[in-house]
Amino acid sequence: MVTYVFLAAAALAVIFAVLTVVPRDPMINVLSLVVLFFSMAAIFAILGMDFLAAIQVIVYSGAILVLFLFVIMLLNIREVEAFGSGRRWQALVGTLVAAGIGAMILVIAGLLLPEQGSVLPGVADIGTAVPIGKALVSTHLFAFEFITLLLVASIVGAVYLGKGEDR
Amino acid sequence: MTPAELVPVPYTWVLALSAVLFAIGVVGVLLRRNGIAIFLSLEIMLNSANLAFAAFAYRFAAGHATAGAALDGQIFIFFVIAVAAAEAAVGLALFIVFHRLKDSIDVDRANILRW
Repeated sequence: MVTYVFLAAAALAVIFAVLTVVPRDPMINVLSLVVLFFSMAAIFAILGMDFLAAIQVIVYSGAILVLFLFVIMLLNIREVEAFGSGRRWQALVGTLVAAGIGAMILVIAGLLLPEQGSVLPGVADIGTAVPIGKALVSTHLFAFEFITLLLVASIVGAVYLGKGEDR
Repeated sequence: MTPAELVPVPYTWVLALSAVLFAIGVVGVLLRRNGIAIFLSLEIMLNSANLAFAAFAYRFAAGHATAGAALDGQIFIFFVIAVAAAEAAVGLALFIVFHRLKDSIDVDRANILRW
């Protein structure tokens, strides 16, 4: 059962990743990315990572993609180039590089194929908010505080950039 | 979710999905000229990296290493999501400035530094 849910979520992810990359309309791109992020949240949930599934929906689909939609509507982007309308060699090299990277990772995954992963009893609740929250404010406290610093810096930078000429 | 309900999904499937998504993201970055579309492809690539982290965290939760290894993978995904949020804010501000200057978000028109 879970296997079929995983396969369905994976198929949705690939289909909507293609729909994010190929169509001309930026609105279709962004809304497809929302579906992709929801299917990734489903995969996180299948792997037992409940907290990450929630974060994926709240932060990615909720906050980041709304930012994208906001910018697209603000700039009123309509006419954009068709997929791969650039130079011929660019399309060729791009496809080859992507296929190479994909094949490389697939080969690496294939080398590891004989083993099968499963969540054993006793560690199944490792993906809930409690152990992650405890680790964030103990083992990873420095990195956690540093992320807050990074977020503040990026907010200041975004405001400075968006403010315009009359500073 | 009780452990009994967790039917094993091979973690290599998750890795393979991550590889496919990463390749699609690379295609988008290399072939699109629309800045927003390039940015969205970057987000796909970040997410495929997250999926690889999740795959290995899942694999190491299977009693192979310490439970801390599984936790570290998830915390790294948490940090990647936070960095992606910061990156989206700054990047979109940059595109707003670019659109103000060039009246377009075609990245081929960002050619001031080109020789």
